[in-house]
Amino acid sequence: MARRARHRARILSTPLRLAGIRKRYDAVSVIGGIDIDVAASEIVAIVGPSGCGKSTLLRLISGLDTEFDGHISIGDREVRGPDRAVGVVFQEPRLFPWLRLDRNIAFGLEDHDSDPAAALVSETLGVVGLAEFAHALPKELSGGMAQRAALARALVTEPQVLLLDEPFSSLDAFTRMKLQDQLLAAWSRYRPTLVFVTHDLDEAVYLADRVILLSDRPARVADILRVAPERPRDRRDPTLLGLRVALLEALHLERSSIVGG
Amino acid sequence: MLERPTAAVRPRRRLPSALPWLLPVAILALWWGSIGLGVFAAYQLPPPPVVLDAAIALAHRGLLWQDIVATAMRVVAGFAIGTSAAIVLGTVTGLSRSVDRAVEPTLQALRAVPTLAWAPLLLLWLGIDEPPKITLVAIGAFFPVYVNLVAGILGVDRKLIEVARVYGLGRSAIARRVVLPASLPSLFTGLRLGLTQSWLFVVVAEFFGASHGLGFRLTDSQQSSRVDLMFVALVCLAVLGKATDMVLRAVEARALRWRDVLGTERAS
Repeated sequence: MARRARHRARILSTPLRLAGIRKRYDAVSVIGGIDIDVAASEIVAIVGPSGCGKSTLLRLISGLDTEFDGHISIGDREVRGPDRAVGVVFQEPRLFPWLRLDRNIAFGLEDHDSDPAAALVSETLGVVGLAEFAHALPKELSGGMAQRAALARALVTEPQVLLLDEPFSSLDAFTRMKLQDQLLAAWSRYRPTLVFVTHDLDEAVYLADRVILLSDRPARVADILRVAPERPRDRRDPTLLGLRVALLEALHLERSSIVGG
Repeated sequence: MLERPTAAVRPRRRLPSALPWLLPVAILALWWGSIGLGVFAAYQLPPPPVVLDAAIALAHRGLLWQDIVATAMRVVAGFAIGTSAAIVLGTVTGLSRSVDRAVEPTLQALRAVPTLAWAPLLLLWLGIDEPPKITLVAIGAFFPVYVNLVAGILGVDRKLIEVARVYGLGRSAIARRVVLPASLPSLFTGLRLGLTQSWLFVVVAEFFGASHGLGFRLTDSQQSSRVDLMFVALVCLAVLGKATDMVLRAVEARALRWRDVLGTERAS
């Protein structure tokens, strides 16, 4: 398929670099100095105690919050503020309820009314398995379908960096596993550099190349775990289970060091 | 949920229910019955056939149609002018904080004036022809639309705006593609309230020196003690008010089909 080959060639995955990121809300320091290098097409999970600033970090990268110290670079380009190279999937689907699914997916495309946009949209809907729901209204979708649509909306602009903030946390366990596999399928097709926040340790070790553990507020990198097994992975792989236990212990340590003072 | 059969997928065949007609028929029976039982004298409350005869007689003289057209035209013109102004001003105030701060206190003060109090001034300024009547209707339609639209714009979910910001959309694009569609339900609430107000105000406007119209017919018949004609005017107002509301409701149901609320389910 010549079209698809051309499509592939357009995507240039790019490394993401966070250097000396600090963030305060008034007197409270939320992020206390974070340096992370994410390689091109790498998948990185960010975990940490709740309220530690994981989501805040993602908001800084996505450009929704520009008030911070430090530098964020995509490739060799420093960014601060929304950038077309970045795609975001939020915790909730956040679909526009008045737009049919195809129009929702096309929302972020610059030429969202054009024929090429329509072709791109239906292709992306196919990737997330929603091809036959192009004309459905968001209210007609289940929670899992809506979140897949949100993923499609982020993918359709072919972002070099894809950010996901606890994307599957409101879904049941079965749907969540299905969507994790669908995310991996989409990733292997578009190969974005992917950073996701999660509180689900199974999800972290199943999806990620590296899991970054943040400390309690103000957030710093407390630990980095490399997940070795090649994809496709088996969820019952003892290596993954071992990593999960290690993460759980590290998280517990993080929390008790705070509680213990 | 997808499993839910939507109205579009499976056209529902249902006999037109008699339920909405139950109450009007009961009222008609009560009306007729109370005269038969001597609760009211016929000069206070004429029985339905007498009212019907009066309507036919008025129609024969060509006056009924003239009244209806005069009143309806005033409502249409006033409603159109008032709502247009409210939509323009409401959009600007809702979207711009500085315009809001400049305009809002004054509008609130104007709103505090009972609208009837405008009538003498409007007569003085605009004469006794159509302009003061249409202006009064426009004032009546303006405020509900304005207030609801501004509330709707300010109530738009910030999370949806963030989605647009992530894609780098500017302020005007966000306003056009997110804020305005999202506040459409509030706009319709305002439009329907504004329409009700328009009918109320047109009657009031016609109390002050009109030569046609259903409001004029009411006062004129009162002065000549024609209770039957007063009832003709009242029934006409009820039917016209209900009919225009139904039109607006139908437009609303079409425009807001995407809403996931109890109302849309009832309408389908």
